[in-house]
Amino acid sequence: MQQFEALTREAQSLAEGGPSAAHARPPGADAMSAAEAEVAREMIICNACRYCEGFCAVFPAMTKRLEFHRADVHYLANLCHNCGACLHACQYAPPHEFAVNLPRALARVRGETYAHYAWPASLGALYQRNGLAVALALAGGFALFLLLAVAIHGSLFAGDARGDFYRIFPHGLMVSLFLPVFAWAVVALGIGASRFVAEVKPATGDVGASGPATAEALHDSFKLRYLDGGHGEGCHNEDDAWTRDRKRFHHLTFYGFMLCLAATSVATLMHYVLNIPAPYGWFSLPKILGISGGVMMVWGTVGLWQLRKRRHPDHLEPSHSGMDRGFIALLFLTGATGLLLMVLRTTSLMPVALCVHLGAVLAFFLMMPYGKFAHGVYRVAAMLRYSVEKRQPDRLGLSGE
Amino acid sequence: MNSPSDNASPDVLVIGGGNAALCAALMALESGASVRLLETAPREWRGGNSMHTRNLRCMHDAPQDVLVEAYPEEEFWQDLLRVTGGLTNEYLARLVIRSSSTCRPWMRRHGVRFQPSLSGALHTARTNAFFMGGGKALVNAYFRSAEALGARIDYNAEAVSIELDGDRFAAAIVRHKADDGSTREERITAKACVLACGGFESNREWLREAWGVNEYGEHPADNFLIRGTRFNTGSIIANLRDQGADMIGDPTQAHMVAIDARAPLYDGGICTRIDAVSLGVVVNRFAKRFYDEGEDFWPKRYAIWGRLVALQPGQIAWCVIDSKAIGRFMPPVFPGVRDNTLDGLARQLGLDAAQMVQTIEEFNRACRPGRFDHTVLDDCTTEDVTPAKTHWARPIDVPPFYAYAVRPGITFTYLGFRTDDSTAVHFNGRPSPNLFAAGELMSGNVLGKGYTAGVGMTIGTAFGRIAGTRAAASALGHDGADTLRIIEERDRAAV
Repeated sequence: MQQFEALTREAQSLAEGGPSAAHARPPGADAMSAAEAEVAREMIICNACRYCEGFCAVFPAMTKRLEFHRADVHYLANLCHNCGACLHACQYAPPHEFAVNLPRALARVRGETYAHYAWPASLGALYQRNGLAVALALAGGFALFLLLAVAIHGSLFAGDARGDFYRIFPHGLMVSLFLPVFAWAVVALGIGASRFVAEVKPATGDVGASGPATAEALHDSFKLRYLDGGHGEGCHNEDDAWTRDRKRFHHLTFYGFMLCLAATSVATLMHYVLNIPAPYGWFSLPKILGISGGVMMVWGTVGLWQLRKRRHPDHLEPSHSGMDRGFIALLFLTGATGLLLMVLRTTSLMPVALCVHLGAVLAFFLMMPYGKFAHGVYRVAAMLRYSVEKRQPDRLGLSGE
Repeated sequence: MNSPSDNASPDVLVIGGGNAALCAALMALESGASVRLLETAPREWRGGNSMHTRNLRCMHDAPQDVLVEAYPEEEFWQDLLRVTGGLTNEYLARLVIRSSSTCRPWMRRHGVRFQPSLSGALHTARTNAFFMGGGKALVNAYFRSAEALGARIDYNAEAVSIELDGDRFAAAIVRHKADDGSTREERITAKACVLACGGFESNREWLREAWGVNEYGEHPADNFLIRGTRFNTGSIIANLRDQGADMIGDPTQAHMVAIDARAPLYDGGICTRIDAVSLGVVVNRFAKRFYDEGEDFWPKRYAIWGRLVALQPGQIAWCVIDSKAIGRFMPPVFPGVRDNTLDGLARQLGLDAAQMVQTIEEFNRACRPGRFDHTVLDDCTTEDVTPAKTHWARPIDVPPFYAYAVRPGITFTYLGFRTDDSTAVHFNGRPSPNLFAAGELMSGNVLGKGYTAGVGMTIGTAFGRIAGTRAAASALGHDGADTLRIIEERDRAAV
């Protein structure tokens, strides 16, 4: 045994990289954050194993590389949907000394990229602070502000609005309040995403997206293809069993949100183009879209919240708990208060419900570019680069065992 | 459905928690037997060496989902015959081969999913079906399925000995280990028992004894690394050998690969392999070459290099390549030693620099011009150098140069119980009526020596399923003669 140990030490000292290079920081890691260097370390191990190739896009993207620089790490982090499959299948997961936990390592970097690419950069730090309490306080604060404004106006419980929101807040006021907030969110996220693409593009083939690549990326993103485990039967939540629930509740939430957005857009068109001002009847397009969207959002966010509570702790980056839950809570509040408003709109409580709903919506859009919503934008951007890169000829000619 | 609490004394006791054990447990459960399964490892290390596997070698006469073209029985058999040098049993080998052509629907039914051959392993797209996520995903699926069918699973439960009544299994003496390290013994009786708890590869004393002392006065086994689980100590193999079970196999024969010398002592798994051998040269401690690095495709040769290195002084060797090879082999987990001169490289490695330079220069001069093509047995060969490099020989002359220290890495040992197509453990040539064996601890019936990728899982699956069916038949009072027909029916039903 002594001979064995001596020779092992000898081999180790002879070989570059110290006693266990799988634990060392990879070359070029000095310019990286600790989280980025950890992803690069784990990727070297994964790239020598590759068992997870069929699960998602991260591993095929990995096999196109021998080294993992900062741009590669940012790209891979945002490709990951955190389905958990690779962790449960990993022969090198803790307690193995290689301690590979890719879902968490990538999640950590993902969080850093949101802050890193944020516009304006000084607001990037908000990602760290926008927890559940901040989200609720913001929504509550706005609601309170609006309630006070309406109360001063004397129409809070006036009861003569008869379902007409514009009696409470004139249409022009609502537009001038929400349009800048919404535009800000779009511009800020757009700049963040283009900064991300600018860094990642040279590392992913350095060519623009063709039509088929774009179509594939959008298809796979909006279908959440990579939450299906590669076999189409779902991803993981609390353990090594597959579940389709995460995908279902995400779809409900996202498409519910899109329906609500569509309701607003249709109403705007009706208002300005067709000159049909609100209120609209139960069977009008804005109502149908808005109510179904609201129900889906509430259903989806309740489901996601429940799943998150049961989620295997190793999947998650603990410091993201606030960002995740704050986002789900705001989405829920937006949907739920919208539905409440729908129910109460002909009662004397309408003005109160309206203020609460608008408070939630305002908080949601304000936090949009500095919260979990960003994941969708960066994910689609990464998926786009993936669809481009996979169409490029392979630079490597590997052959192995 | 059996209630787990009822299974303290089950119909079938399965000892082991890897692929063969789980296949046996699932088949026994499907036959209506109650099952209790003992896994020595704690839950997070469950699955033995199976958690490090990635595929099983499969016969097929036409393309099948992830498998391309055809891999007929005869070709599979010839491959096995070649790697074992004839040290196999044709009847049992063909039984294994044939069962590999129908078992996958059944595997799928129990939650195993398959994926196309991995990048960097495309040559196996025809012969090997890869598990989605690898062997740990397979193990997870089988445990989940066994639990759903009512199996009782004990982790941290090591069977230390078997109590026989003549040639019948009577009970297993099991040591349960609690979280605080304390142990408790239990005597578990069962109507039948399947032994599927691996080889003895992680028993370092046994390896030391088996390999003895070499011509340099060294104990070669002291320098072996174990690619897989630390829990395969072979205690049941030794216990039953001492009680007169019929044995097969040479204790020094094993699936042995040359792996990175920096790999962990246990569970380094696949990522520690060095796939650059056929692209360069391999030198020993004297900075001399010792074997044809280009004898055949690496997938057909990787399994001999563990043993080749084991026979070198110090059980260490260095794979040396130049920059032409970078990016042409599977990326290794540890970085290579790098230098701009061969002299400097040798100094970094602690080898005789003059000898190293001489060895490489001699090799370089011997390389005949040819058309290098790593995907075929090309015509790049050496002349007038011993040993020759018969393919892919290109001068090592483009700096920087890289070297990887390699050591023998044991995957699993072949010594085990001699058996027949019933998988029954035999005593003096007579089969036990209720004690069966599957997996590594009887793989020596098919693998006398050598290895070919994925065949371990093929053997474990085939004999695991037979053993489980037989054990259930024995426990439930059937004769077991129709085992193969039952398995065939289940495979057809699962399609």
